[in-house]
Amino acid sequence: MASADPYFDFLLRMGDNTLILGHRVSEWCGHAPVIEEDIALANTALDLIGQTQMWLGLAAEVEGKIRTADDLAMLRDAWDFRSALLVQQPNGDFGQTLMRQFLFDAWHLEMLKGLIKSSEVRVAEIAAKAVKEVQYHVERSGDTVIGLGDGTAESHAKMQAALDLLWPFVGELFTPDAVDDAMTANGIAPDLNDLRTAFDTHIGSVMTEATLTIPDSRFAHKGGKSGFQHSEHLGHILTQMQWLQRAYPGASW
Amino acid sequence: MKNEWPLWEVFIRGQHGMSHRHVGSLHAPDEEMAIKNARDVYTRRNEGVSIWVVEARHIAASSPSEKGPLYEPSESKVYRHPTFFDIPDEVGAM
Repeated sequence: MASADPYFDFLLRMGDNTLILGHRVSEWCGHAPVIEEDIALANTALDLIGQTQMWLGLAAEVEGKIRTADDLAMLRDAWDFRSALLVQQPNGDFGQTLMRQFLFDAWHLEMLKGLIKSSEVRVAEIAAKAVKEVQYHVERSGDTVIGLGDGTAESHAKMQAALDLLWPFVGELFTPDAVDDAMTANGIAPDLNDLRTAFDTHIGSVMTEATLTIPDSRFAHKGGKSGFQHSEHLGHILTQMQWLQRAYPGASW
Repeated sequence: MKNEWPLWEVFIRGQHGMSHRHVGSLHAPDEEMAIKNARDVYTRRNEGVSIWVVEARHIAASSPSEKGPLYEPSESKVYRHPTFFDIPDEVGAM
């Protein structure tokens, strides 16, 4: 179900991506292989949840103050979410989590760099704040992809398997639809096609250094950012993430 | 265990600090990741503006058992403290 206002949909896409990935990454808290990585992942998750507050906060205002950012996060059902399929994918092993992170971070960085120049001041302000966090995220996830890809035979095999598994979810991030076209037309967001070149250069150099091979296919699953056909994982994420507000409506800290 | 990453000692210069101070240690596979880990573990609450890391094995330390000969002789030499004259304001922090 597309909402009447593409701007609202676009803000949901930004906020739902960071919300769902932030929740996914937070699932590692207390479980990462070493404590340093555990803390680093928790920091990333918190950064993403913080960005979610800004995007969904603005979405709520644009909608007309019917709902709050918390309502949007905790009281929508799966079909109203606009998160890309990539961020919904399970954590898998540590390498798979970091591969998903790097692929998202590399897109996120280019997207935010474009949004800094948005015709909407509020969007530009959020992007300017978030891009500093994301520059660090992508540096860290990229270094880890290189370290594990160009590591032992076992870590290399796991990283290649993670890249093969996640690659078909990359294309959705770069495939414009009616919402994206409307955002590009009024200068709110960059043209997704324009982001792809910088993204390809970036991940190309990291994967080469990581001795990993990018699959020779542009096949892309779709249906996440449109809400038309989410993965089976999203519902499971929501049952856990939204449980408290569903069971105890209005409960506060 | 041989598979453990090496230990690094972390030094951070605070917002208003003049010098780097030892804040703790962590494990990391190399110096770049040690700095990143230090950023994530020790600067989460806006503690610092600069990070130094050094692999712990490169630090030479005095032996605790030699405490007597090393430090006790200075206990009785109060005249070495610069408390017997005023330091002009223009000197600044020392």
